[in-house]
Amino acid sequence: EREGAFGLGREALVEELAAWDVDVLPDGRGLPIGTGNALDGEELFADRCAACHGDFAEGVDNWPVLAGGFNTLADEDPVKTVGSYWPHLSTVYDYVYRSMPFGEAGTLSPDETYAIVAYILYSNDLIDDEFELSNKTLGSFEMPNKDGFVIDDRPEAEYAAWSAEPCMSNCKDEVTVTMRSVFLVNTPEDGGSESV
Amino acid sequence: MDEMHKPSRRAFLRGSAAVAAGTVAGAASAQSADPLITDVQDWASITGAGVDETPYGMPIEYESHVVRRNVEWLTASPISSINFTPIHALEGTITPQGCAFERHHSGAIEMKKDDYRLMINGLVDKPLVFTYADLERFPRENHVYFCECAANTGMEWAGAQLNGVQFTHGMIHNMEYTGVPLRALLNEAGLGAAGDLRDKWVYVEGADASSNGRSIPMEKALDDVLVAFKANGEALRMEHGYPVRLVVPGWEGNMWVKWIRRIEVSDTPTESREETSKYTDVLEDGIARKWTWVMDAKSVITSPSPQMPIEHGKGPLVISGLAWSGHGQITRVDVSKDGGITWETARLGKQGDTKALTRFYHDINWDGAPMLLQARAMDETGYVQPTKEQLRDVRGENSVYHNNCIQTWYVNAEGIAENVEVS
Repeated sequence: EREGAFGLGREALVEELAAWDVDVLPDGRGLPIGTGNALDGEELFADRCAACHGDFAEGVDNWPVLAGGFNTLADEDPVKTVGSYWPHLSTVYDYVYRSMPFGEAGTLSPDETYAIVAYILYSNDLIDDEFELSNKTLGSFEMPNKDGFVIDDRPEAEYAAWSAEPCMSNCKDEVTVTMRSVFLVNTPEDGGSESV
Repeated sequence: MDEMHKPSRRAFLRGSAAVAAGTVAGAASAQSADPLITDVQDWASITGAGVDETPYGMPIEYESHVVRRNVEWLTASPISSINFTPIHALEGTITPQGCAFERHHSGAIEMKKDDYRLMINGLVDKPLVFTYADLERFPRENHVYFCECAANTGMEWAGAQLNGVQFTHGMIHNMEYTGVPLRALLNEAGLGAAGDLRDKWVYVEGADASSNGRSIPMEKALDDVLVAFKANGEALRMEHGYPVRLVVPGWEGNMWVKWIRRIEVSDTPTESREETSKYTDVLEDGIARKWTWVMDAKSVITSPSPQMPIEHGKGPLVISGLAWSGHGQITRVDVSKDGGITWETARLGKQGDTKALTRFYHDINWDGAPMLLQARAMDETGYVQPTKEQLRDVRGENSVYHNNCIQTWYVNAEGIAENVEVS
């Protein structure tokens, strides 16, 4: 036995690992064998997804928009979708297979998931309707915003500048109120609805 | 010093009495005898509740306002949503579990301890399955830490929006956790197979439908991360991950995976939905920061605040608030009454724990003039809590998460407080 180990727990079995270890890495490792295209995905999406996400993945009411929003990330109101924002296609497969549809998670087969992911790509004009998405093609698919992320740079961009001894008196000439929340109507009456 | 000019205790008492008589309602200004004193009250005559009446008690009904509240327009569904801790009404640092905020992505699930399983797999010598009973046999540790949602204060990026500290700062709780260091569980599975640990990761996920999978660098996993099964002395509440959750000190609440069911040692981050689509912070140029794990130093005055107006008139006033930092201990909190022109250093209720809520107080004699109240936290790294303008100059208005700006309350002559922004 290893130093400091207690001999607690028991070895996980192959079937148990297969049941729970379903996460997919950006390079496609972890994908199950399967295939699907947008034509198949359209029907599945209409049946399983469109009630919340819309027929064209455009979103219904406040539910998430999955398609569009290209070139809006620097706008006043960015539209962050699978197409405009997500860096890796692996995440789309992983998340849909594991956690969607909302309220019925874990009910899609690998082939159904490939087809739905293909339809989401198609809705974003990133593939044509005959493109076969599979465990062989998904890991190498390049998303439009793959280079849109930087690793946390607060230490360089912020911490150095905001670590000086702070001003204690005469810190500014005057102060004026520039915005008041009471002019907005967003705070619930009587301090908000009680959570159940 | 001239003895004549020293304020004597007697003069101080006289002065205080004069202030009190002019402003304080109730007994202090009573012109006739107070019947609450002169009449025998029921509670002083008949008997109260027996010890067998309440096996597990709730707060007295007069505290029914001290509850979690939600804001329906914030999310599409109450199942994947947030509510808010009533920090305006709390004191000290420990959050009562029953009103500590919730954030779920597919609801609060109900799981028995007997049904609980925790798997450790990936780059380990032997993949393992633990039961709940197994976890209780490892040596335990106790630590107090804050859990702050990455989105706390996130609605306030573009301006003053919600009028109450519960809503602007209440996605936070602070509990004393009992649990097992994650490093002990990893050691049980063996990290020899992982090789050089410096570039390795753990991916953690919950048992709920959302799974909430997140990648954590091995250095943090081996440092202070806890696999916790008790909070504030008792089992975790269902909504906080019963029976087992991850505690990730100082880091954004999303990584505190609830109902944790699997820990995978990996040679690469998974880049899951919760670390790509969500919990990434869009900057002004459209580029987004990822892996913004640490919650920076932050503070807020909890009273006075919009939900806690000054109702006692002029005179002694307790300014009470909370400060915290994901980088370590809070070393100092300054308070301004004039919107940041002048600052005075507040006192800490007691020296706070590292990466935990710290109470501060500033006791003043309020002259009834309007105030622009602010608090500014400093932590042991020397970092000073920034203004919202400083944050927006670097990040723009669309980063959603990690808003640790200095909050301003405008308190008018009647003692009513408002959420405002100032120049």
